[in-house]
Amino acid sequence: MLSPRDEEYIKNQLGRDLSPLEYACFENLWSEHCSYRSTKPLLRSLPTNGENVLLGPGDDAAIVKFSDDIALAIGMESHNHPSYVDPYDGAATGVGGIVRDIISMGARPVALMDPLFFGDLSGEKNRYIFEHVVAGIGDYGNCIGVPVVRGDLVFDNRYSGNPLVNVVCVGVVHPDKYLTARVKKPGSRLILYGSSTGRDGLGGASFASRDLSEDSESEDRPAVQVGDPYTEKLLIEATLELAATGKILSCRDLGAAGLAGASSEMSETFGARLYADRVHLREENMSEVEIFLAESQERMLIEVQPEDIDEITAIIGKYDLKWSDIGEVISEPKYIVSFNDEIVCDLPIDLLVGGAPEEAWSGSPRDAVKEYRRPETSLKDLCIKVLSHPDIAKKDWVSRQYDHDVQLGSVSLGGGAACLRLGDAGLFLSCGCSPGQIYLRPYEGTANAVYENAANLAVMGAEPLCIVNCLNFASPVHDEIFWEISESVRGMGDMCRRLGIPVVGGNVSLYNESDEFGTRIPPTPTIGMVGKGVVRKYRPAADGQKLVLIGRCDGGMGGSVLDGITGCGGDAPAIPDVSVLDLVRALVRDGKISSATDISHGGLLAAVVYLAGTADLKLSGDPVETLLSESYGRFLLAVEDEESLEGLDYELIGTAGGASLKILFDNEGLILGKDEIDSAINTTTKIMRY
Amino acid sequence: MRFAVIRFGGSNCDLDAVHVLQDVCGVDTDPVWYKEGLSRKYDAILIPGGFSYGDYLRAGAIATRTPIMKDVIRHAGAGGLVIGICNGAQIAAESELVPGVFTINEYPKFICEDVCLRVENNSSPFTSLYEEGEVIRIPIAHKEGRYVADDETIRRLENECRIAFKFCDESGNVTPEANPNGATGNITGILGDKGNVLAMMPHPERAAEEILGSTDGKKIFDSMIAYLESL
Repeated sequence: MLSPRDEEYIKNQLGRDLSPLEYACFENLWSEHCSYRSTKPLLRSLPTNGENVLLGPGDDAAIVKFSDDIALAIGMESHNHPSYVDPYDGAATGVGGIVRDIISMGARPVALMDPLFFGDLSGEKNRYIFEHVVAGIGDYGNCIGVPVVRGDLVFDNRYSGNPLVNVVCVGVVHPDKYLTARVKKPGSRLILYGSSTGRDGLGGASFASRDLSEDSESEDRPAVQVGDPYTEKLLIEATLELAATGKILSCRDLGAAGLAGASSEMSETFGARLYADRVHLREENMSEVEIFLAESQERMLIEVQPEDIDEITAIIGKYDLKWSDIGEVISEPKYIVSFNDEIVCDLPIDLLVGGAPEEAWSGSPRDAVKEYRRPETSLKDLCIKVLSHPDIAKKDWVSRQYDHDVQLGSVSLGGGAACLRLGDAGLFLSCGCSPGQIYLRPYEGTANAVYENAANLAVMGAEPLCIVNCLNFASPVHDEIFWEISESVRGMGDMCRRLGIPVVGGNVSLYNESDEFGTRIPPTPTIGMVGKGVVRKYRPAADGQKLVLIGRCDGGMGGSVLDGITGCGGDAPAIPDVSVLDLVRALVRDGKISSATDISHGGLLAAVVYLAGTADLKLSGDPVETLLSESYGRFLLAVEDEESLEGLDYELIGTAGGASLKILFDNEGLILGKDEIDSAINTTTKIMRY
Repeated sequence: MRFAVIRFGGSNCDLDAVHVLQDVCGVDTDPVWYKEGLSRKYDAILIPGGFSYGDYLRAGAIATRTPIMKDVIRHAGAGGLVIGICNGAQIAAESELVPGVFTINEYPKFICEDVCLRVENNSSPFTSLYEEGEVIRIPIAHKEGRYVADDETIRRLENECRIAFKFCDESGNVTPEANPNGATGNITGILGDKGNVLAMMPHPERAAEEILGSTDGKKIFDSMIAYLESL
C-alpha cells in the first residue's frame, strides 16, 4: 500500500487519480527496497570514488579495474524476507538475482560469497531455515556453475523469524567492454528475454519493505519467487554472447518490481513506450498490473537498434530462450504502457524513478553496554563452549554443499580470505561483520567490520580494492534503530576513508522484525570485500613452528562469542591502529612468516585452534580475557625462525603441534585434548547431520 | 588429434575441460554446442560435468535423448574414446554406455571435497599411465553420484576388469568410511564393455594443475592422448 501521504503527493503532482498500474508502479518503485528513501542522505556520505572505480554505485553492479585487461563487476544483495517465508526458494532466487546483476554488466560471474545470519540452532524452525537456505544457495549456485568461495555464519536468537541471506557476486569483464543499464538512443527497441512471465512474486519489492507478521508464511507465499537455475545458466551464456557482439546498447536484469522496475529505471535517461500484451506469458488472462509487477525470475531486458534485432534474437534462440520485442525508447521523458491498444500508464518518468520524497527519521542513541563480569564457569568449560558455538565451529557442513571448485579458479579457500587466480594475479575475497559488537557500538563496530575484512586480506598479503555492503536493520521508525543505521554508515565511511577503500555498491534491507518471535535483528551492516595480491595458498602452521602474537589485548569482551554464550557483558572492541595492516601485509609478502590469521571471532583461542590445531603455549594476563577477548589489531603468526621477525614488536607464545593444546598461565593451566577440540569444532555437523 | 567437449544447456564444466585439454595437455579441442551435432570426426569425446537440463526429471536423462548423443553412441560403437565426467557420467549411464546408474547420495546433500581413489585397472586407454593400486587425489562435486548396480553386474564388471576407480582412504584401503556417497562397492569409475568409454564422478580436470592442489587427474587425459598416439 502507498502511504496516504505519498498518494496525496503523487495525485497533486499529476493533477489526477492513478490508474491501477500506475498505483502499483509507485507502490513498488517508491518502496524502501527500490528507492532507499530512508537511507539516501546517509549513503551519500560514503566514499565511492577511487582510481580503480570505473563505475560506482547506481547501476546493476559496480565496475572496478583489476588489471589492464580485467575489470571486476561486483554487487551485493539481500534476500531476507523471502528466505524466511520459503527458505529454499527465497535463498536460491537471492543468488539468481545478484548473478543477473553481474551478467547485465556483460560480465561472467566467477565467485559468490554468502554471509548468513540465523536464530539459535536449538530452535527447530531455525534449523529448518538454516538447512533449506544452504540447500537453496547450493542447488542454485552449483547448477549455474558459479563457485561459492566464502561466507560467514552468525547464530543469534535475534534472527529467529528474521534470518538474513546476503549474497555477493563478482564477475569479470574487459574494462572497455562492460554494459550499463541506461538506455542510449530514442528509437531503439527493448527486447525482453528469458523465462516467460507468470503470477509469481507479485509485489515483492513492497513485500520486502514490511515487517513480517505471524501469518506471513501463508499469506505471502505467492510473493516469493521460484528459481530455475537451468534457465539462469542459459541466460548467462546467452547474455555474454550477446554482449560480445557489441550491439547491446544497454542491459538490465528484472528483479525487484519486475518489468515495471527494470524498464522504468533503465529508461530514465530518456523515456519508454511499452506494450504489455507483447510480453511472453506462462499464464492466461493476466492483467497489465500482473504482467508488469510479477517478479518471475530469470528475465533480462536489453536495448537494441532495430536493424540488429535478427542477429540478437538468433543468439537468444540458440540458447533455447524465448524473447519478445516489448516496446521502444522515446525521447519524451515519459513512461507509457499500453495494453490491448489502451493506455494504462502514462507518467513523468522522473517522478516514478527517483521522485520519492526522502523519509526523514530521527535517531536517538541507546546505551546497551553492560559492565564486564568475569564468568564463574571454569576456563576449560568456557573454551569448549566457545569452540562449540556454531559461529566458531567448523563450517564444512555448509561449504561441502557448495561447488567451490568449478571454473578452476579457486586456489585457496581456507584462512582469512579466499584466493582465486585471475589473469596473472590473485583475486581475494572476504565478507562478514560482528553484529554483537555493532549492537553495542554501531560506529566502532561497523568501522571494525571494514577493518576486519581488510585484516583477512592482509594475512594473505593482499590489498583491498573496494567493498560492497548490505545494510540489514530493524525498522527505522524506532529512534534507536535510525541511530544504529546512521552510526553504522558513519563508521563504515570513516574506516573506508582511512584505509582508502571505496564503497562501490550495496543494498538496504530495513524492517527486519518478527512479530512471531518478538524479535528485532541487531544492526547487521554486512561487508563484502575484494582485493588483489600475488596468488597465494593458505597453509596452517606446521608442527614445530613458532607461534607469535602481535598487538595487545584491550578489553573487547562485549559482543564477543563469549558474551553471546554467558552474557558476561563488557564494552565492544575499540578501533585499532590500522597501520598494523601494512605491517602484516609486508611480512607476508616478504616471506618472513609462513602463515597468519587475524584475531577476531572466538579470540586467540579460535585463532590458535584454526591456525595450529594443537600447540604448547605460555601466556600472561587474565586467562579468560587473553584467550577469548575479540579486541582488534592482533595477529597470530607462524614462523619457522624467530630471526625473520627482527625489529618487530612481538610476543613469542609457543610452538605449534603436539597431542593436545596446552596453555600455561601464571597461576592456571589448561589442556584441551585433540579429541575434545575435534568434538567441539564439529558441533554444527553433529547438530545438522544426525 | 582432436577432442570434442559437448556443451549441453546447463553443462558447467565444459569450458574447464576445454581449458585443461587445450592449454594444459596441449591437444586441439572443440567445444561443440549440442544443437550443432558432430560435424567432423573426433578422436575422443568428453561429456563434461554440470547440470544438463537442470538435472530435471533425473540427472542426465534429458541430455541422453538429444540427437547429438546418437552421434556420441555411434562414435563409441566404432571404438572411439568417450569420457563422461560427473554429469557426463550420469549421461553415459543413462545412455547405457556403461551399466548401472548414478543416484542421489546416501546422505542426500551435495558434496564438494577432495577424495582419494584407488586405480583398479591400468590397462584401459584412460588409466595406462597410472600404477595399478595407485592412490590418487581428485575432487568430487555432486549430489546424484552414488553408483548403484546389481550384484551380477558388479561381478561382471569385476571379472572383466571394468572398474577403473574406487573410493579409498589415504593408504588405499577401500572402506565404508572412505565412501563419500554410498556407492556400491565404493565404485566411482566404470569402463564400457569395450573399454573405450569411461564414466567417472570425480573431476580429473580439477586436478590437472599444480596451482589447484593436485595433478593426479591429468594422467587420465595424458593416458588418452598416449593411447591415441599409439594407434
